[in-house]
Amino acid sequence: MSNSYHDTRGRPRVVVTGIGLVTSLGRGKADNWTALAAGRSGIRPITRFPTEGLRTAIAGSVDFLDIGGYSAPALSAAMALAAGAEAITEARIGSPDAFPGPLYLATPPAEIEWPQRWSLYDASSGSGETGYKRLLAAARASEWREMRALCPFASVAERVAAKLGTRGLPVSISTACASGATAIQLGVEAIRRGDTDAALCIGTDSSVQIEALIRFSLLSALSTRSGAPAEASRPFSKDRDGFVMAEGAGALVLESHAAATARGAEILGVVLGCGEKADDYHRTRSKPDGTAIIGAIRNAIADAGIAPGDIDYVNAHGTSTPENDKMEYLSLRAVLGDHLAATPVSSNKSMIGHTLSAAGAIEAAISLLTIRHGVLPPTINYAMPDPEIPIDPVANTARAAPVRTVLSNSFGFGGQNVSLVLGAP
Amino acid sequence: MRSARDQVWITGIGLVSSLGHGTAAHWQKLNVQGTPRPVIDPQRFAPYTIHPLAGIDFTKQIPRTSDQRQMERWQKIGVYAAGLALADARLAGDAPLLERTNLCIAAGNGERDLALDARILAAAGPGGAWGAYLNQGLTAGLRPTLYLGQLSNLLAGNISIVHKATGSSRTFKGEEMAGVSAFANAVARIEAGQGELFLVGGALNAEREDALLACELAGALYNGPYRSVWQRREQGGGLVPGSLGAFLVLESSGHARQRGAVPYARISDVLSSRSRRGPGDASAAAAGLFSRLRLNPKAGDLGILSGASGAEPATAEERQFIASLAQRGVNPIVRAWGSMLGHSLEAHFIAGLALAALAVSNEVFYPPFDTSEVESACDVRPDRILVTTFGHWRGEAMALVQSAW
Repeated sequence: MSNSYHDTRGRPRVVVTGIGLVTSLGRGKADNWTALAAGRSGIRPITRFPTEGLRTAIAGSVDFLDIGGYSAPALSAAMALAAGAEAITEARIGSPDAFPGPLYLATPPAEIEWPQRWSLYDASSGSGETGYKRLLAAARASEWREMRALCPFASVAERVAAKLGTRGLPVSISTACASGATAIQLGVEAIRRGDTDAALCIGTDSSVQIEALIRFSLLSALSTRSGAPAEASRPFSKDRDGFVMAEGAGALVLESHAAATARGAEILGVVLGCGEKADDYHRTRSKPDGTAIIGAIRNAIADAGIAPGDIDYVNAHGTSTPENDKMEYLSLRAVLGDHLAATPVSSNKSMIGHTLSAAGAIEAAISLLTIRHGVLPPTINYAMPDPEIPIDPVANTARAAPVRTVLSNSFGFGGQNVSLVLGAP
Repeated sequence: MRSARDQVWITGIGLVSSLGHGTAAHWQKLNVQGTPRPVIDPQRFAPYTIHPLAGIDFTKQIPRTSDQRQMERWQKIGVYAAGLALADARLAGDAPLLERTNLCIAAGNGERDLALDARILAAAGPGGAWGAYLNQGLTAGLRPTLYLGQLSNLLAGNISIVHKATGSSRTFKGEEMAGVSAFANAVARIEAGQGELFLVGGALNAEREDALLACELAGALYNGPYRSVWQRREQGGGLVPGSLGAFLVLESSGHARQRGAVPYARISDVLSSRSRRGPGDASAAAAGLFSRLRLNPKAGDLGILSGASGAEPATAEERQFIASLAQRGVNPIVRAWGSMLGHSLEAHFIAGLALAALAVSNEVFYPPFDTSEVESACDVRPDRILVTTFGHWRGEAMALVQSAW
């Protein structure tokens, strides 16, 4: 049953008809692509909150959207809406407030943040209580409409679904730093099942807030090159010292090939395959032999119905932590074998930082732009090759190259590993 | 291998709550005739009441103290219940099967270090310049490893580490509807042949003030003398949270048959919607879902396990929906398990499905869980049970659990 509308297994082929992007490099895929192709960094000093006394004071924050005062859920929703609307507009599907399919949304953890905690605490200053008893007393005493809209986990998905008019119950997903790729995988599976002709898949993350920064810092996961923000994220370089937290959103409109063709849509790319494999070794580290990462990559390639030698380019997870980059290389080596030597591998995170829950969606979007433009975005700050990672990282400058098939990796804490294979139309 | 006739079977149940641990304890305590006796604690978090977890020896499912040290209590509850479900389905210790077991987990926020929060709040003083103090206070006070206790997907991560279930791992979020999404995802994948073996579940530690605060800010926490979910309306309504872990093993019937696994029940439908929640919207949405159910016969006695939380107006909307069933010739026999186990947010729907599967396989429906007019005593042989959930602030869903035979 293999034809242009179905894959070799007879499943509906899933195509991309709309792409949206927001990162620290700007809003929209045009601005982002210009900056990525020029090797520009979006990392800068944090101005959102005081950073005195912190080892890491830089991030790829998104400060150019008007959300009337920062809160993580408000920014997550605003970025998801910006990226989602861009993708829907490009796809020319449905109407701006009625998308004809479900929403799969990768979001960061939602919780009450310190500014809210303080305002609650202050509101009940006469109570004589302390700690959470006092917070609860304040919460009981009056209506906190704004806070109420921010707290629930589903609040970001609810806002995006209401505004874009997606169908059915919006699905919020978290697979840590693989979440964005999982959101795409959920959409692909739904279309393959025939549950829907179209799906809107978005990853968004707005985690540059004080406590999240300190928590990652205490895990020794972050770069401490605060004096030189643009140079801090250096995937695959021997002197890499951690990732740089960043914000953004990536959105894809997915459709069955048949439905997209029937409505005359322009096809921007194909999601050929998705693969996942959970790790059972450790909460923050992957198995030393890389079997779970290798499993995810292999599953994605098998799901795509291609051979490892068909991969033209790898959009790496490439976080710039000592551990990730080495493990990712070893796993790629295990799956691609000698073909790896001839396969460029670059990390968007060298420029936009690690966008956490959004990374898989943002990097899938950039992978599709890479195919479209025939240009490989570089790994910037590649100053000191790591002899343990002998790859072609597309060092420092973008390179023209025809690309038909991209492997995009996403790995997260908690043993989450997801890989996608994206192809040319 | 999958055939066109494959059904979705429940082949394992893991349940821990205020009533105890395991299916036998729950079955026994929920089938006591006479006045229902939920386990509550009205003092510890007064003015709020909660359902505290029964005494449980976590080492029975999480033997390594190093694992336990890196988990907060909600994760231990979940990992424990997941272990019970895997053992119940005879998957525990079966490496080849566990390696193919897909996780669909429903999770909310993790747990905070409440003492640290209180110290920082107290030290900075009223209306003070808290910014710089916060940096110092958090850097010195936060325990790095317990960050992991806060990540939603680390319940799944810990299940993979402790029980070695590693096929795939997805964590769904969003209060009650997280449980619906996790369950619906597994059912859809089994029906479409995208997977054969799933572990689906969630957990809540209700005994913590940060969780209560989130519910109170949402205006959904019950505050008054304890009442069942149907009897809180005059006090303003609200949910009474209950500590709970609920897990199901879902399996394609073909796969289960091949390995000789016996089903509790099969899932014939799971449907959901997102109404706008204006007056009457949720009730109308549920009626729409009900019309789509593959219910046969369409009328007559129908056991309903209701996920009503007690929060208003969602609970009134559900009553309205249930009352409307009479017009269709359906005689609803309602039991709201929240009156017995408390409300467990992300895990709540899964808990109801577990209770439905138990009743279907035992061929006995539960006696009333409350003394209001909503739940009347009735002998019904439950070869089919409707499980409902109206999210306390959004989302409506229902599933039909039927006899596998």
